[in-house]
Amino acid sequence: MSQTDPKQPNQQASPQFMNSISEECNMLKYQYDECFNNWFSEKFLQGNKDLSVCDPYMKLYSECVRRAMLVKGIDTTETDRDVLKTDSELK
Amino acid sequence: MGKYFENSSIFLFAWDQVAQAFWNRYPNPHSSHVLSEDTIHREIRGNELYTRKLLIKTNRMPKWGAHFVKTKNVAILEESYVNPVDKVITTYTRNLGYTRVMSIVEKVTYRPSPTFPDQTIAERKAWITSEIYGFRRAIEGFGAKRFRKNCSQAVSGFNYVLQNYKGIYSYC
Repeated sequence: MSQTDPKQPNQQASPQFMNSISEECNMLKYQYDECFNNWFSEKFLQGNKDLSVCDPYMKLYSECVRRAMLVKGIDTTETDRDVLKTDSELK
Repeated sequence: MGKYFENSSIFLFAWDQVAQAFWNRYPNPHSSHVLSEDTIHREIRGNELYTRKLLIKTNRMPKWGAHFVKTKNVAILEESYVNPVDKVITTYTRNLGYTRVMSIVEKVTYRPSPTFPDQTIAERKAWITSEIYGFRRAIEGFGAKRFRKNCSQAVSGFNYVLQNYKGIYSYC
């Protein structure tokens, strides 16, 4: 994992964490992601499907992202619909 | 009409590890073009976890393409289903906006290898199309070339995350 390892494919420093679409949502994103990652490994893969434990984090995080998406003019009719496993899916 | 592309790759990790690393594959040394990643929707559907992610990537078009696509970034929507019972991850990724200029749609399934349970096979399908008359072949050719490059970068990037996630650093 060392950045100084000569066998690393890319010598540039990569950021530790991925940004959210807007920097102001970053902390909310990290809190949500951490909740989700723990839930996914410890609960979901062991057969527990109750996702609600992360709901409080998701609520704040997604409200922030939603605001940023509107500001940036992202088309929410496209982001809010299913394509996979529907007739619209390419085959 | 367009280009269709198919390939498979093998990850030397069990499906459960791949599933966990899937949510953590960015950032990695091969993903500098991915500017942001957000989960915008997630719910349980039956046995499966359904997720939508919004990614913003840099749009690295050649000069002749800049006439058609004036933005420097492109929004990508990734849908996924994770089935922990059948051990299948299915992803479907498409760009939003400028889809008439160039549409790249990619579907990937990740399943345990039938012969080596500690390995995971990713099968990838992609469709690259353009509706810009007269430039269609150039754009589709460019799109296919960029897709192949991104595809091998994506596999390298995912492998990097898998190696480090597990805490084992292996040398090629």
